[in-house]
Amino acid sequence: MCSMENIAICMLIMALTTYLIRVIPIGFVRTRLENEWVQDFLFYIPFCVLSAMTFPDVLYSTTPAGATTPHFTSAAIATMVAIVLAWKDKGLVRVALVAVLVAIIVELLLPVIF
Amino acid sequence: MNEFIRGIKKGFPICLGYIPVSFTFGLIAVKMGFNPLEATIISLTNMASAGQFAGIRLIEGGAPYIELVITTFVINLRYMLMSLSLSQKVNPEMPFYKRAVMAFCITDEVFALASMEKEDVSFPFFGGLMATPIFGWTLGTFLGAVASSLLSPMLQGCFGIALYCMFIAIIIPPARKGRKVAIAVIVSALLSCLFKYVPGINVLSKNGGGGWAIIISAILGAAICASIKEVKRFRKRTQKGGVNV
Repeated sequence: MCSMENIAICMLIMALTTYLIRVIPIGFVRTRLENEWVQDFLFYIPFCVLSAMTFPDVLYSTTPAGATTPHFTSAAIATMVAIVLAWKDKGLVRVALVAVLVAIIVELLLPVIF
Repeated sequence: MNEFIRGIKKGFPICLGYIPVSFTFGLIAVKMGFNPLEATIISLTNMASAGQFAGIRLIEGGAPYIELVITTFVINLRYMLMSLSLSQKVNPEMPFYKRAVMAFCITDEVFALASMEKEDVSFPFFGGLMATPIFGWTLGTFLGAVASSLLSPMLQGCFGIALYCMFIAIIIPPARKGRKVAIAVIVSALLSCLFKYVPGINVLSKNGGGGWAIIISAILGAAICASIKEVKRFRKRTQKGGVNV
């Protein structure tokens, strides 16, 4: 069983599992895959993974731990701002930081407006 | 050496973006009872956002070891796909130890930048690419763990969106420039929503932090897009055949 007493074992398990997942394919696949369908599939994978991770979870991302209802408003507005900035090629850092700022502003303004 | 510097330059924005995200991880870990050193070591040895968040939740909850292994495996399974994809972009002659070093930092963002390279990815370039993100991810965790007591829950919550917005900043520009990528992004997002909201199939996202839902959405999305291309290729071939006759 995991617990705070044997935390070192738990940390080792997490690190090893994560590393093995990453090292096995790149470490041992040495041939070029010829199949065009497989090549296309692997080309799309990064976009698909990131998109599936982001939507719809981003809408729950600004909800503080322990809150009873999700804070959709701040998340939705910040997400839209992020999409617009990303559309304009503003770069990772600016997009992420502006979105955090927008979320904070909305969270501060909401109780004032309603 | 040039390649290494080029990697550093490309990787540095990821490093900056990682700081607010890992900051959140540090915050949450300390709130759960981990000390700052433990939180920092977890970040340094995992380099995995969603997997780490799920992992500390399981450790705190006293889950069996096997559940920790399975959950970590499922949530991080996407790295296996990325690693496989990357294996197609390195020189087949590259020795194992170099591949083993590169494997350590196949994260969503580092992989995304590496896979957008037109040529094969060299070892020095990838080394440069991963150097500053590892530093940023570790440093951010430490800062978040130390600052945990200073921030209100509202502020802590707002930092949670940084990770997702970084993903948005990675996928939107190529989606704007290429319709194929845009379709892939939309299809996977729709599938992911389906797995979250449609009764019956939403069981997938209820257990294990949604790891299965993400993997299935991504695999289906990529498979659909690859198949659309396959059909187009087939049509082109038959059309050409028609012209020849």
